[in-house]
Amino acid sequence: MISSITFGQFIPGNSLLHRLDPRTKVICVIATAIAVVSIVKWYEFAILAVFIFLSMILSRIPARIFFRGLFSIWLLLVVTFSLQALLTPGEVLFGLGALKITREGLAAGCQIFLRLALLILIAFLLTLTTSPISLTAGLESILAPLKRAGVPTHELAMMMTIALRFVPTLLTEAEKVIKAQQSRGAGLGSGEVVERVKGLLPLFVPLFAGALRRAEELAVAMEARCYRGGANRTRMNSLVLELPDYVTLGITFAVLAMSVWLRFQNRL
Amino acid sequence: MPVIRVENLTHIYSRGTPFEVTSLDNVSLEIQRGGFYALVGATGSGKSTLVQHFNGILAPTTGKVWVCGIDVANKRLRRELWRKVGLVFQQPEHQLFEETVFDDVAFGPRNLGLSAKEVRERVFDALRLVGLDPDEVEQTSPFRLSGGMRRKAAIAGVLALHPEVLALDEPAAGLDPLSRRQLMERIDHFRMDRGITVVLVTHNMEEVARWADRVAVLHKGRLAMEAAPREIFNKAEELRAMGLDVPATVELMLCLQARGVPVRTSVLTTDEAVEEIAGLLNRT
Repeated sequence: MISSITFGQFIPGNSLLHRLDPRTKVICVIATAIAVVSIVKWYEFAILAVFIFLSMILSRIPARIFFRGLFSIWLLLVVTFSLQALLTPGEVLFGLGALKITREGLAAGCQIFLRLALLILIAFLLTLTTSPISLTAGLESILAPLKRAGVPTHELAMMMTIALRFVPTLLTEAEKVIKAQQSRGAGLGSGEVVERVKGLLPLFVPLFAGALRRAEELAVAMEARCYRGGANRTRMNSLVLELPDYVTLGITFAVLAMSVWLRFQNRL
Repeated sequence: MPVIRVENLTHIYSRGTPFEVTSLDNVSLEIQRGGFYALVGATGSGKSTLVQHFNGILAPTTGKVWVCGIDVANKRLRRELWRKVGLVFQQPEHQLFEETVFDDVAFGPRNLGLSAKEVRERVFDALRLVGLDPDEVEQTSPFRLSGGMRRKAAIAGVLALHPEVLALDEPAAGLDPLSRRQLMERIDHFRMDRGITVVLVTHNMEEVARWADRVAVLHKGRLAMEAAPREIFNKAEELRAMGLDVPATVELMLCLQARGVPVRTSVLTTDEAVEEIAGLLNRT
């Protein structure tokens, strides 16, 4: 059964992070992600981890929601860790036949594990505290300069908003169709490959038919309200950067600058 | 003998998350074999959640549900309940998927592992039961039918399973008055003909008054009342407080009573109302 909570879904709240401008959050997420991929020393990992954990505490979202999200990509984490641990040449710690775990491999594995986990947590910090609507408003505002180059930023943002808006609707619909077909004895997702693919038809045909129906209804509803994309539209909630935004940006850029600076220090 | 027994059933969606919702709270009831049982309640009262326990789609969070003697907590047995309990979901016309009406109605019977001949018989039988002409629609794409006909075809898809219990979640919602009445008549006829049990989820009180022999009223996930329709409609005030109403006939009698006319208020159908008023006029 499809869980009614999607991975990283927005959780309404009124914490400091919820109230920040979406542009601040998007830029900070990008900046922190760059910091995470540029660090190499263990103490640097510790600093960034503390920074990210503090942000998680500030979001007032229960830690288990973040860790459940991490757990859902455990396979990716384990596989990348194992590949690094097994395939990096160096001082062999212990080996079993052709499989050798090296000291360097173990270190590299731990680092890639931490890097991925931190990146996921950063992404969650954004999506858990930002509603899809304000997220797309923020992205549209950040991408606005590209409009001069002929990029239809408003239309892109609108498409993203609509797509995000319909994710829960389609999930609910899928769940309903699955239940209905199970009530008629459909064995969804069992048997041979051909059988399995065939078994998905009773799910996908109604789902696509429903999506097309909804798309048409939405188009009619938008036309009925004389919607014209991008034609000097204003927003109900205009985005304004306030003091907390500047402080957050300042701190995040300080962290980024430190990480990048340390990186070049280590190079020299 | 009860065909469905529900004991202290509680169902919580998304347990342990911020989205946790208690949909059913300590509900107990029994549904007798061969009866016409109505489940009523305002939107969000938990009626749909309750019926989904009857054919094994949902399992209780706590409490017990027995359907045809099967404990639905048993996952393996629960998976087989669809053979005994047919469930028609809300707007079932959105679940049609095959290229022809025949194939769509045949989906269930084929899953039962019946022979081609039996499947054909059941499909034709089910289409006739819902009032569709098999020869006319069998080779048509379900997507080319009108909304009402699609609904009928989808209901036929469940009837073709020959269930012991037929549960319908607002089957008549959105249909025109004539189709509504015909559909309900056919369902009731099917019940008496085959001796099956019907569980109807609705908030249309006229339908309850006309067809049900037993009613359960759900309010915010709790069982507020459970009785025969006549007794339920005696509590007009309570029903209104729960966002429900009484049938127009009861309403009329209540208005007459308020004006000091001595009439009984426990009239369920138009015929009964006519009789009551005629009797009153004759007496005066």
